[in-house]
Amino acid sequence: MKKNKIIVVRNLSKYFKKIKAVDNISLDVEKGSIFAFLGPNGAGKSTTIKMLTTLLIPSSGEIIIDNLDCLKNKSEVRKAFGIVFQDQSLDDELTAYENLDFHGALYSVPKVLRQERIMNSLQLVNLSERENDFVKTFSGGMKRRLEIARGLIHHPKILFLDEPTLGLDPQTRNNIWGHIKQLNKEEQMTIFFTTHYMPEAEQIADKIAIIDYGKIIAQGTLAQIKEKSKSKSLDEAFLSLTGRSIRDENATSLDRMRMKRRLRR
Amino acid sequence: MIEVIYVMWLRQLKRYWRSKARLLGSLGQPILFLIAFGFGFGPTFQKAGGGNYIQFLAPGIIAMSTLFTAMFTGIEVVWDRRFGFLKETLVAPVARFQIMLGKTFGGASVAVIQGTIVFLLTLMVGFRPSITLVPLAFVFLFLIALFFTSMGIAIASKIEDMHAFPLIMNFLIMPLFFLSGALFPLNGLPKAIEVVVKLNPLSYGVDGLRSSLTGMTGFNMVTDIVVLTVLSIIMNIIGSLLFSKIEL
Repeated sequence: MKKNKIIVVRNLSKYFKKIKAVDNISLDVEKGSIFAFLGPNGAGKSTTIKMLTTLLIPSSGEIIIDNLDCLKNKSEVRKAFGIVFQDQSLDDELTAYENLDFHGALYSVPKVLRQERIMNSLQLVNLSERENDFVKTFSGGMKRRLEIARGLIHHPKILFLDEPTLGLDPQTRNNIWGHIKQLNKEEQMTIFFTTHYMPEAEQIADKIAIIDYGKIIAQGTLAQIKEKSKSKSLDEAFLSLTGRSIRDENATSLDRMRMKRRLRR
Repeated sequence: MIEVIYVMWLRQLKRYWRSKARLLGSLGQPILFLIAFGFGFGPTFQKAGGGNYIQFLAPGIIAMSTLFTAMFTGIEVVWDRRFGFLKETLVAPVARFQIMLGKTFGGASVAVIQGTIVFLLTLMVGFRPSITLVPLAFVFLFLIALFFTSMGIAIASKIEDMHAFPLIMNFLIMPLFFLSGALFPLNGLPKAIEVVVKLNPLSYGVDGLRSSLTGMTGFNMVTDIVVLTVLSIIMNIIGSLLFSKIEL
């Protein structure tokens, strides 16, 4: 495998009965880069992330993470990444500290080191003063920040973020992206994220991939994607590539036709 | 591995200890049963030559509260799935069976604590156990807890519906309790009922508890221990398999 690629995906598919949630996608993520994975609702983003993070078994295809086969070396692969899920995954009835401590124990971080890392990550997301408060007393933004802090306790090489800024106010979003950029710069951590806020992807990502109806329809740098769709902004590019109709989980036949046409182009 | 089981166990105990409402609320039913049945049927039982009914009933009620608490450990799996925390444990670099074991021991410990509290309550209502075999009684308590916690988690692994779980549990718990010899002696039962009682794992737990606490015995304690141990191991394996198959 090429050394500088930390995530390599080849011909990956996932079917749920007859629905092709992810349809033969391939992508590469370079070590230390920030990768944005975009797409309308129901396009296959979360399914892809679940497969990359070993929570779902692919129907076919290959995933190599940090030079390890994702299907054969589950445990090793799991140590290599941290993940912030789309919806909350903290224990409300435990304190912030306990949540992080629990995580550290699951990832077999030694006790002393664990304490030190918990303090550091809490500091990074400005939650040091709340370490002994129950998570149920936290606001949405604080919970998000705590989840990011938790994802860092085992010092992963890759951080997956599934819509990390969903439903947060601009201040918190800004703050969270600040933390993420800092991690990428200082720790050379690879970041793989999804979002619906195009300006976020525009500002922060080195590479962008757009998925629609389970297929990757554009991949490359911001400039390449804008050029491909002859658009001035990513927002415009996104809409011109994926169409303007509102998506349900299942696409209409008209959408599918337009999709096929676009791929032929 | 020990560390994983330990943190899972610790989380369970912390959650139990912090929820005083749950702790107190789950004592209501055993107390009601103890008082209503104990004092309601007591005189009739005595007249029929069965002796002191509280003495007979108390081990059954202790077993019942352990059964309830153990089975409802499963609901935490359903909640964890619903509220997302399950993802955090499933994506961690540890084998699923370790997570399942930790959860089982955690749930079983809580159930044993709950059983112990009810045990203390029965003493206040007039239950007088023989002291010598009390440690053995705790072995039975633990085995009951282990078996039914595994069963609760096994069922929860297959059920995603938060509302369905308590209904299914009640549907199972009631027959398990009523047909276990917790309320009535095993001798002289109609054949059909006797078969059902003998097929009910809780019967062996109730019998073991009753034998060790009062000396009244139906099967015998060796049978009780062997049956419960074997069943607990089998149920734990089933639970681990089902739990490890969970996909999100």
